[in-house]
Amino acid sequence: MGQDQSEIFNGLKDARSVDGTDTRAIPAFVFGEELADLAEHDPRIVVLTADLGRSNRALDFAARHPGRFVNVGIAEKNMVTIAAGMASCGHLPFAATFGSFAALLCAEQIRTDCAYPDLPVRIVGHHSGMSMGFYGTSHHSLEDLGMMRTIADLTVVCATDANHLRALLRLSLHHPHAMYLRLGRGRDPEVYDTVPDLRVGQAQTVRDGSNLTIIATGSEVHPALRAAEILAERGVSARVVDMWTISPLDRDAVLDAANTTGAILTVEEGNLTGGLGTAVAEVLFDADARVPFRRHGVPDEHVPVGPPAGLYAHYRLDAPGIVAVAEELLTTSEGDAT
Amino acid sequence: MPTAAEELADRAKFVRTETVRLTRIAGAGHYSAVFSCAELLAVLYYHQLRVDPRRPDWPERDRFVLSKGHAAIGLYPVLADLGYFDPSELDTYTRLGSPFGDHPDMKKIPGVDFSSGSLGHGLSVSVGMALAARMSTLDYRTYCMLGDGELAEGQVWEAAMSARHFGLGNLVAIVDANQLGIDGFVRDVMPAEPIEERFAAFGWQTHRVDGHDIKALLDVFAALPDSDGRVPQLIVAETVKGKGVQRMELSPDWHVGNLVGTDYDDVMAELRHEEVR
Repeated sequence: MGQDQSEIFNGLKDARSVDGTDTRAIPAFVFGEELADLAEHDPRIVVLTADLGRSNRALDFAARHPGRFVNVGIAEKNMVTIAAGMASCGHLPFAATFGSFAALLCAEQIRTDCAYPDLPVRIVGHHSGMSMGFYGTSHHSLEDLGMMRTIADLTVVCATDANHLRALLRLSLHHPHAMYLRLGRGRDPEVYDTVPDLRVGQAQTVRDGSNLTIIATGSEVHPALRAAEILAERGVSARVVDMWTISPLDRDAVLDAANTTGAILTVEEGNLTGGLGTAVAEVLFDADARVPFRRHGVPDEHVPVGPPAGLYAHYRLDAPGIVAVAEELLTTSEGDAT
Repeated sequence: MPTAAEELADRAKFVRTETVRLTRIAGAGHYSAVFSCAELLAVLYYHQLRVDPRRPDWPERDRFVLSKGHAAIGLYPVLADLGYFDPSELDTYTRLGSPFGDHPDMKKIPGVDFSSGSLGHGLSVSVGMALAARMSTLDYRTYCMLGDGELAEGQVWEAAMSARHFGLGNLVAIVDANQLGIDGFVRDVMPAEPIEERFAAFGWQTHRVDGHDIKALLDVFAALPDSDGRVPQLIVAETVKGKGVQRMELSPDWHVGNLVGTDYDDVMAELRHEEVR
């Protein structure tokens, strides 16, 4: 499948990333390709999708392992529960569909059939956040982090870029619990130039700083890094933490940020109710860590129609927007101190 | 020397009496949904399923998914009787920390192949198990028991559609058509019939049987084609919710209930001494 055709199937003529980078040069979704590589050495791996094998590139897996690929058609709940049945028989299933359908439509199947029996099912919710742009509310996945992280025995992780996704898939082979893997649209600019060594529950500090910590996840890590560069030019030293491990959250990284940098800004491509910012706030509150703090993301509303980059700018989730919010936070906290 | 059918009838009676005994411990429970499938459970576990209680995790065992998980109280005594665990453990039923709740938990109870409770999921689980058998080239069968009221859940039909597409002749769905849900007759609340026609339209081979007639049940299981076929098999078992206890038969009042005082003794006497009508 050619790049242009893939764009059509992704439904995203706007090939810019969160912060306006032209992403046409970025390697297409590595999900199917990486799993196909891993499956050469791991006979447990099976891949399921619900008529979205083109979008998530599961067809790259199917081309090499046709006997281990299951397309259930447009029946996401059936897909997740079939995966659970297969996991109970020793397989390691990866069930992939748009994040909104995976988390919202199949929340009960994920909890009751995967997490409660503690089965190693990997639910892959891709095209997360607002990356579907003008497709609208039905295709936006803004509530998934808030919903998924309330489920016991479900590990919730977010992919940052292609190398990070490869790391998550490799890590998942040895993880004993059910996982929700939140993936962007597969066109996130590079944050990691090699495949990082990841441990569940351990965030990655991708830039150090002393005046402020920006805790971001998924597709917001790259614009957070660019925001830190802009802030540095203005004399503000910002640490950037990639909080890819949402459940369990890296509490130590949060409290260390509070102790050593003071102010904390969380940035996420999702509804502010219940997501990353809420999770960080819980840690700070429970530890009685009183630092200037702000949650930045999508307010509790249905977002307007528009191309993805337009939506990110609208909600100040691009690099200039994050800079503006960070400066507001620091100005406000200085005002509080005087 | 009793015949095989007589022995199985005795085991069905055992399922019913144990259900009444354990429900007394809990103070309330699902009598009537168990009573409708007592003969089915007896025939499956004491005759049909290829299982080994000494090896609950044996990869080649037949799988059984109790999609109508609220009949778990009838399954537990069978598993104990077969030797999966000590029968005395059953007396903890529903107590704090007990492995035995109102719905089966695969992580806590040896012999339970999948946890259930929320209706409509079991057939999808079973499709996954049957697919796993195909991919592992194992010849076990997967049996799934659903209620007829449960057929109103849309996911059942997603699973039914996929089973034929994937050529799962190693999958057997059994509908315990006991005619009643919580709010009344299935035919009034949301009709499930014609069950065979509906499954047949999805490409299944169907069978209908009196679910309380042990001989007929043995015959229908014996008539199943080899598991390496491509056509999933459906058995509609016509049953009576509450079968075996006159006051409970086809009475919506006994979906969940409790027997107290002399009522308990009367029902136990009725179950022990009377033949199933």
